[in-house]
Amino acid sequence: MTQPATAAQQEAPTSAAESAGTQESSRRLGLRWDVRSLSLLGVLAVLVAVGGITAPDEFLATSNLQLVLTQASVIGVVTVGMTFVITSGGIDLSVGAIVALASVWATTVATQEFGFAGILFTAVIVGVGCGLVNGLLIAYGRMVPFIATLAMLASARGLALQITDGSTQIVSVESVLDLGARDAYILGIPPLVLIFAAVTVIGWLLLNRTTFGRRTVAVGGNAEAARLAGIDVRRQRLYLYLLSGLCCGIAAFMLIVLAGSGQNTNGNLYELDAIAAAIIGGTLLSGGRGTVIGSVLGVLIFTTITNIFALNNLETAVQQIAKGAIIVAAVLVQRRSLHGDA
Amino acid sequence: MAPQPPLLTMSGITKSFPGVRALDGVDLEVQAGEVHCLLGQNGAGKSTLIKVLAGAHQPDSGEITWRDEPVTLGSPIAAMRLGIATIYQELDLIEGLSVAENVFLGHEPTSAGFVVRGSAARTATAELLKRLGHPEIDPTRLVGDLSAAQQQIVSMARALSHEVRLIVMDEPSAALDPEEVDNLFRIVGDLTADGVAVIYISHRLEEIRRIGDRVTVLKEGRSVAGGLPAKSTPTHEVVALMTGRNVEYVFPERPEAGFAAGREPVLTVEGLTRRGEFAPVDLELRPGEIVGLAGLVGSGRSEILETIYGARKPDGGRVLVDGTPLRPGSVRAAVRAGIGLAPEERKAQGLLMLESVSSNVSVSTLSRFARAGWLDRRAERAAAHQAVRELSLRPDNPDAAIRTLSGGNQQKAVLARWLLRGCKVLLLDEPTRGVDIGARAELYAVIRRLADEGLAVLLVSSEVPEVLGLADRVLVLREGSVVHTADARELDEHRVLDLVMEGSLTP
Repeated sequence: MTQPATAAQQEAPTSAAESAGTQESSRRLGLRWDVRSLSLLGVLAVLVAVGGITAPDEFLATSNLQLVLTQASVIGVVTVGMTFVITSGGIDLSVGAIVALASVWATTVATQEFGFAGILFTAVIVGVGCGLVNGLLIAYGRMVPFIATLAMLASARGLALQITDGSTQIVSVESVLDLGARDAYILGIPPLVLIFAAVTVIGWLLLNRTTFGRRTVAVGGNAEAARLAGIDVRRQRLYLYLLSGLCCGIAAFMLIVLAGSGQNTNGNLYELDAIAAAIIGGTLLSGGRGTVIGSVLGVLIFTTITNIFALNNLETAVQQIAKGAIIVAAVLVQRRSLHGDA
Repeated sequence: MAPQPPLLTMSGITKSFPGVRALDGVDLEVQAGEVHCLLGQNGAGKSTLIKVLAGAHQPDSGEITWRDEPVTLGSPIAAMRLGIATIYQELDLIEGLSVAENVFLGHEPTSAGFVVRGSAARTATAELLKRLGHPEIDPTRLVGDLSAAQQQIVSMARALSHEVRLIVMDEPSAALDPEEVDNLFRIVGDLTADGVAVIYISHRLEEIRRIGDRVTVLKEGRSVAGGLPAKSTPTHEVVALMTGRNVEYVFPERPEAGFAAGREPVLTVEGLTRRGEFAPVDLELRPGEIVGLAGLVGSGRSEILETIYGARKPDGGRVLVDGTPLRPGSVRAAVRAGIGLAPEERKAQGLLMLESVSSNVSVSTLSRFARAGWLDRRAERAAAHQAVRELSLRPDNPDAAIRTLSGGNQQKAVLARWLLRGCKVLLLDEPTRGVDIGARAELYAVIRRLADEGLAVLLVSSEVPEVLGLADRVLVLREGSVVHTADARELDEHRVLDLVMEGSLTP
């Protein structure tokens, strides 16, 4: 009987101090993420400063900033989908291949006959279809996500090559090309950036304000506890890969608009960029915690680095090394902050 | 009580898992407004039974009647809809979600069917926490940041967030200090006054006497007594119902009492302790001796073993082998000094499941068979063969794949590994888990033979008869403290269970 009593004495002061200390910050849970996002914003600010100093004329020009945002848009949309999958404890290695397949399928001569709607519709449907296959294999075929999406990576890329036979499929639909024109603006913003912004906002709402988002976090945090809480874990997993596929379809359409063509080499290594951006943004690779804002900041950081390196005529090799270093640093920092919490 | 129809009746419930018959005919009857206690030893089937009741497991046969109507609890949702809520010991909460998000997980208040009304959930959660006597827990805090006791409160709030008629509590007091337990009992009292029934699982008899109305006792997957009055049934009667297995194991003969008294201890443990896990333990182990640790799951048995082995770092005290202290918290130091561990989770922690018997046995001694890093596979195989032969492992083939062996023979391969290494102290954590009854006697004989050859053995088992039958001396643990030490011959199962549940011997 003495044992629990002493344990309680030891515990009492710490838990009291704990609750007093975190009371303030805990009042708004969202703030926890904001603190983490703030440090990413800091990194982004430093990068902008570096860009402004090393290439003062080019970097801060409106046209360059628009270029950075536009480049970030395509991979950004893919990363939002990836963030959901990783938050649920899964992984989607097939995003780049799905983007490629959707972009070539949507730009075949037959599809182009149906014009703007045909291209958009096909890109989205192909993306969702691939996501459906991934989801069924993982949720109901009980395959490991790594393997199922690796298989999708291989076969979707293969199918894309077969459709194009390696050639670039030029888009001749005017309305699609207009969206990607340098002077195309909607509300003063390039259309692709607007799509990215919309996907980000919807993604944030979905993750933070809906039952879908809540369930995603629950499945990633503790799938068995989620099941016991009455959540249909399998169906949730299916939906998550569908969502990732949908994002790939949208990204494929954006890429078509941007390039004015569809190619089977599109979206090369997008899976790695999307995973890296999500992880440095603060989403846990093991699942259970995710942040759309962090992922978007991660994408912006990577795109800005690429831009600065290009403006300063540095080799892509150096750029790759810098990317690797940033990933390592971000994960080390993340681990420290997690230990700090515990 | 008036002859009201019972709220819940379960009859003839059975449930098998591969190789185990977890439930073998359980009857349970619960009235509205009562506290019904479930008692039984580890492995008696309590956890499986409440999972059936929660809709998480589907029974193989048996009937469940809820308010006079037969029902099927096909999923956790189905059980919740009827008004059955379960507070599990673990697995219950998502650490990355806030308190309010956890409480309403799966049944969030929404608008338009999918948009969570966060403020409504927070308000309702604050209300529930206040009712539970813990208004200081902030509904927006992450559950991962809460103490174990606070998490228990959150689990309870979650159960109460449903329209409940029956709450199942699986050892709710385990993580609570005495004050919190009083609070818990107050809540249970409020619930039953409202007509809610509570199924209460606890190993603490004094709690059952305080709040229980009736008791159902489980043994080996069967209900051996139902509806006993909780306050007046004598302890010895309850203990008698829980004990006395039908299957009698054959234990090897023991050497005379005190045979090892003159020998120098090979393992000495002095004041070893880990905060929150176990109080300072002293222990001496002499060559040829088998010492058993008896206690419930969570009494600190396995933790003590793993701390001696260096897998956990002690907060105080030390471990000596042949009088030389070991570096604390270092498995390497322990193994070098001659300590070997056969872990509880054999498949996860002990064996390379895809490998042969031979490579499983030689894995701790590889450098002996290597010259400049090259393995002499013939020597490795021969040595492994010799070791498994000594333990009469079957099949007598070192190339057999370890996964094709029975549980008992897999365990022998783990023992052969330490035998080959020439260890002096063997730590056995649940050595017969997953070993079928016929093979147990043989494993016991092997363990005793190893001791006779001069090995010192420290044995942990949740099966009291096993500890009593195999060990020479027994240490009884209760909530992290050694409450009794005795020669195994002076103890019997009843006395050990008394000690484990009450902390003292009842007359």
